[in-house]
Amino acid sequence: MKTNFLSKILIVFFGVVFFIFYKGLNNSNIYVPKVNIDKNIPSFTAKIFNSSTKIKSEEIFNNNQFYLVNIWASWCIPCREEHSFLLDLSKNKNVIIIGINYKDKIQNAKFFLGEFKNPYKIIIRDTDGTISIDWGAYGVPETFLISNKKIIKRITGPINIDSFSEIKEIIQ
Amino acid sequence: MKFLKYLFIIFFLFSFNYSKAENNNLQNKITKNLRCLICQGQSIYDSDSEFANSIKILVDQKINEGQTENQIYEYLKDKYGEWILYDPKFSKNTYFLWLLPILIFIIGGAILSKLFIIKKS
Repeated sequence: MKTNFLSKILIVFFGVVFFIFYKGLNNSNIYVPKVNIDKNIPSFTAKIFNSSTKIKSEEIFNNNQFYLVNIWASWCIPCREEHSFLLDLSKNKNVIIIGINYKDKIQNAKFFLGEFKNPYKIIIRDTDGTISIDWGAYGVPETFLISNKKIIKRITGPINIDSFSEIKEIIQ
Repeated sequence: MKFLKYLFIIFFLFSFNYSKAENNNLQNKITKNLRCLICQGQSIYDSDSEFANSIKILVDQKINEGQTENQIYEYLKDKYGEWILYDPKFSKNTYFLWLLPILIFIIGGAILSKLFIIKKS
């Protein structure tokens, strides 16, 4: 009676353990956030690149216009990969590209823009990374597509050919 | 007498540090409860990545603005989702997690009482 009861408990226990691992191992362990799509853009005040004036987010973003907010830094290697896509998009009149210069030295950032050209209409400086946190960003590079003051698409990591064509399709 | 004077000055300086230290304690407590999303198995407190450092600065700012611990958690949850908190809330996805220890406790109790009753008889 005793051993019977214990063996039943053991079977149930291992069953539960098996079930948990079976479910858990099938899950992807790469975390992709579901939040931040269709969210209102954060409001912030930030310094403009290359000048000491400050700008409010309300002055940057208007309705009825697509904006591409790109977080970049001169020390970030993947940012160089995506730069050609940004230059291409900057020729498109339907979208305005806003840059957030993330934890960068101003001299290095200027050098970067001089070398690879400047696709941004406005660049704001984020010296301690808190503005990027306000956007819910992880780091550099990260890109947000904005329409009517809402985030409609988000690209974590560099823009590649797929996301590039997706953006183009949306802003047509 | 001179010794006393120095002692008094040192005491005075230490009493100044007090409020700052309390602030730090709260910051440490909050950042220990936050998961560093781009690191593996580290809290914001433990990590020295760019992301973690920014969150630390932000938490500091929010504390100085006078926000409470829960307000800061809510803010970060809104930005990054539930995953950033180490202490998950009770919901449909986590009920198994919360109920399992209770279940194990009850089963353990059942085993013990069973053994005890058998022994007694």
